Amino acid sequence: MADSSNIGNPNRRSVMVFSAAAAAGVMVPVSAFAQAARAANPPDKPRGQVIAALSQEPTVFHPLMPGIEVDQGVWWALFSPLWYIDPQGNFVPDLAREVPSIENGGLSADGLTWKVKLRPNAKWHDGTAFTAEDVKFSLDLINTPNFRVRNRVGHSLVKDIKVVAPDEIHWRMESAYSPYLSILALTFMVPKHILEKATDPNTSPFNNAPVGTGPFRWGSRVAGDHILLNAHTAYHGKGPYLERLVYKYIPDLTVLYTQFRTGQVDYTGIQGILPNFVKEAQALRGRKVVVSSTASVEHIAPNLEFGPLADKAVREALYMAINKKALIDALNYGLPTPTESFVPQQGWAYQSGLPTHSYDPAKANTLLDAAGWARGAGGVREKGGVKLEFTNSTTSGNAVREQSQQLLIQDWRAIGATMRIQNMPAAVIWGEYWQQSKFNSVIVGVNFMLGSDPDVTPRFGSGSIPAKGGRGFNTYQYQNPEADRLLTQGARQFDQPSRKATYGELQKIIRNDLAILPLFQAALSEGIKDGLQGFQPNINASSNLWNVREWFWA
Amino acid sequence: MARYAFERLIQAAILLLLVSMLGFAILHLAPGGPLSQFALSSQMSQEDLDRIAHQLGLDRPLPVQYLDWLWRMLSGDWGTSFRDGEPVLKIIGSHLGATFELMATATLIAIILGCWIGILGAIRRYSLFDTLATVGAMIALSIPTFWFGLVAIYIFSVELGWLPAGNRHTVGDGSLLDLLHHLIAPAIVLALVETAIWARFMRSSMLDVISQDYIRTANAKGLPAWRVLSVHALRNALLPMITVAGLQFPTLLGGALVAETVFTWPGMGRLFLDSIGYRDYPVVMGILMFSAVMVLIGSFLADMLYAAVDPRIRVG
Repeated sequence: MADSSNIGNPNRRSVMVFSAAAAAGVMVPVSAFAQAARAANPPDKPRGQVIAALSQEPTVFHPLMPGIEVDQGVWWALFSPLWYIDPQGNFVPDLAREVPSIENGGLSADGLTWKVKLRPNAKWHDGTAFTAEDVKFSLDLINTPNFRVRNRVGHSLVKDIKVVAPDEIHWRMESAYSPYLSILALTFMVPKHILEKATDPNTSPFNNAPVGTGPFRWGSRVAGDHILLNAHTAYHGKGPYLERLVYKYIPDLTVLYTQFRTGQVDYTGIQGILPNFVKEAQALRGRKVVVSSTASVEHIAPNLEFGPLADKAVREALYMAINKKALIDALNYGLPTPTESFVPQQGWAYQSGLPTHSYDPAKANTLLDAAGWARGAGGVREKGGVKLEFTNSTTSGNAVREQSQQLLIQDWRAIGATMRIQNMPAAVIWGEYWQQSKFNSVIVGVNFMLGSDPDVTPRFGSGSIPAKGGRGFNTYQYQNPEADRLLTQGARQFDQPSRKATYGELQKIIRNDLAILPLFQAALSEGIKDGLQGFQPNINASSNLWNVREWFWA
Repeated sequence: MARYAFERLIQAAILLLLVSMLGFAILHLAPGGPLSQFALSSQMSQEDLDRIAHQLGLDRPLPVQYLDWLWRMLSGDWGTSFRDGEPVLKIIGSHLGATFELMATATLIAIILGCWIGILGAIRRYSLFDTLATVGAMIALSIPTFWFGLVAIYIFSVELGWLPAGNRHTVGDGSLLDLLHHLIAPAIVLALVETAIWARFMRSSMLDVISQDYIRTANAKGLPAWRVLSVHALRNALLPMITVAGLQFPTLLGGALVAETVFTWPGMGRLFLDSIGYRDYPVVMGILMFSAVMVLIGSFLADMLYAAVDPRIRVG
């Protein structure tokens, strides 16, 4: 028995030997790769690797099929659009030689004829030349009836595609639609020479071994763990400067942060670092934290067809009674920016000077009194037999939003409104409950923009209410003829100053109607290891990995 | 014995059918669906969602969907993931190795350590060791696996830096040493509860055996203590543990689900959670059926082994 008792008691020496071996075996290779080069400028040839940690797993690699932001982060590395939108909101040519405009003749004055000149030197990862046939194929595939495409918004208007030359393509639009420039900036081209051979475009082997024109080519994937991409040395643009790019899937945000802290990952993407860890992360040696605004606007979505919330005076009073500062500072660590609009403040279409929210419960009470909402039993207001009571829902498990709800209950109780929490898992709340406007109110973050384009017809157009047979996502059930007129007008304008004026008016109307109760423009805190260069947040892209081609180790 | 085995197999088949019906109904009747993840995207519309739902066959009546799924399943086609677009069997296969590694290592640790603690506890009943082992087992059984996992990460990864904070491999390093290095923490965490269970059962079983007359006789005959324990007592005490081993599979699977999430271990447990989150019906059903089959196989093998060593079972 004496001997066997040692099994459970490893001696100190063996533990030290083991831990030394472990440290040598595991920690060195990661840091060795990460710090492979020490140069101020990008290396002459790709060098080193980056491990980008993501809290959601990328699983969709066909860039035209239904995917979410995390998938788009991979598409940016593998594929190229005709042009993209830089952080300042400018269109920058990628596979196209120039961005079509009325000035350069790429667009006809009526916006119906598009002529796109392409870069002659771009190549697919397998060495085949990229041509106008690939663009035609991509646009045709999007409109192929049995193809499980993500969406056809804008694309369905494209008619009479003509390949004029290997590096030039023309088409006609059924009707003028200016947001199509932004839509194409998020549309990645796919290879005709591979996909035309597929019997079913939905199940092509390409979907799991994609070939693109992007800065990185497909390496391997270990499902549920990571994706490895290798540098595409024949890339037509700047970079890539990294030899390998690894997307590491770590679902739990606390674990993701821990791995960043312990040096196992070089960058924390998508949901980044939780607000409660940001201060600690900023103090870590050898790490830096970049806090950037995103295009997602956190707001309270009222169902405008639901009892008390249909009354504009109620929405105004509720908005006034929200202690927005406490919500931002105390619960979100002061990281987000208060806003009054659905357009991000960095966008060209942002309308400044909108009425600013002020926390004023006394005024809110007066407003409700004047609107005929009298306090009844238990201090709850009512009008015409309708009580000022409603539910509020959000994704269960989202701690910050759940805490916000507690704050809102208190704020609104002070003005005689009763709110009850009715939270649900993501797969439930964003299903029929949200899509068919079955909620009373919801706390949600939405990126209303199409890239940098403020066309919000699917969100606020009266023909976009799914609960009334509409085709968009106007789950608020917002209807305003003037807003409809401006939306139609804006989608047909090609001159940016004119469009800015149109969407400025629209923002005033939406703010005045309080179609949404805007809380703040969300912030994203991303961690990066010291020495990693090239990271540039882009509010107009769906992922801050949009320019990973320019990343390198200094 | 053959008839006993046949009866058990028929029961298992009926059980599988019930599991599939119940699982399918619960999964599909639960609110939400696989396309809800796109509902906040500005790039999609209700029309797009309806079109994709139709293309995936989600707009068909539920019984039609079930019968179609069942028929395909019986034909060997477990369907295609809505998320990955890959065959379900391939997806399960790609995660199976990781889970197997974790569960096998944890089981090995649990059996060796648990039996040792249990035997020692029984022999030295009410000693300090026995008391400590009992308290330790109670603590291990009471505290959630994820808490153990987080504490292990905090101590051994964050504070001491001895072990990686998760993952199965360092990217680019497929060596056995690297795998073992990553395996230590999750396997130990997963093994904690199992060890406690094995220790408790082993102690009880051993106590039962060493109080029997034949042990007293063996001792009286003057046999060395180690021989009495290893040859006479241990063999008989281990018999009931066959059942414990067979029935521990579901507990182990549940523990693996948590350990895999905490340690970002790319196994079946995490796949299952992810797939439920995305309402990836084909994968969830695939894992459910696979797990049910595994549990039934475990239970069946335990029954068979027990029946083989104790004829009263198959006769009764």
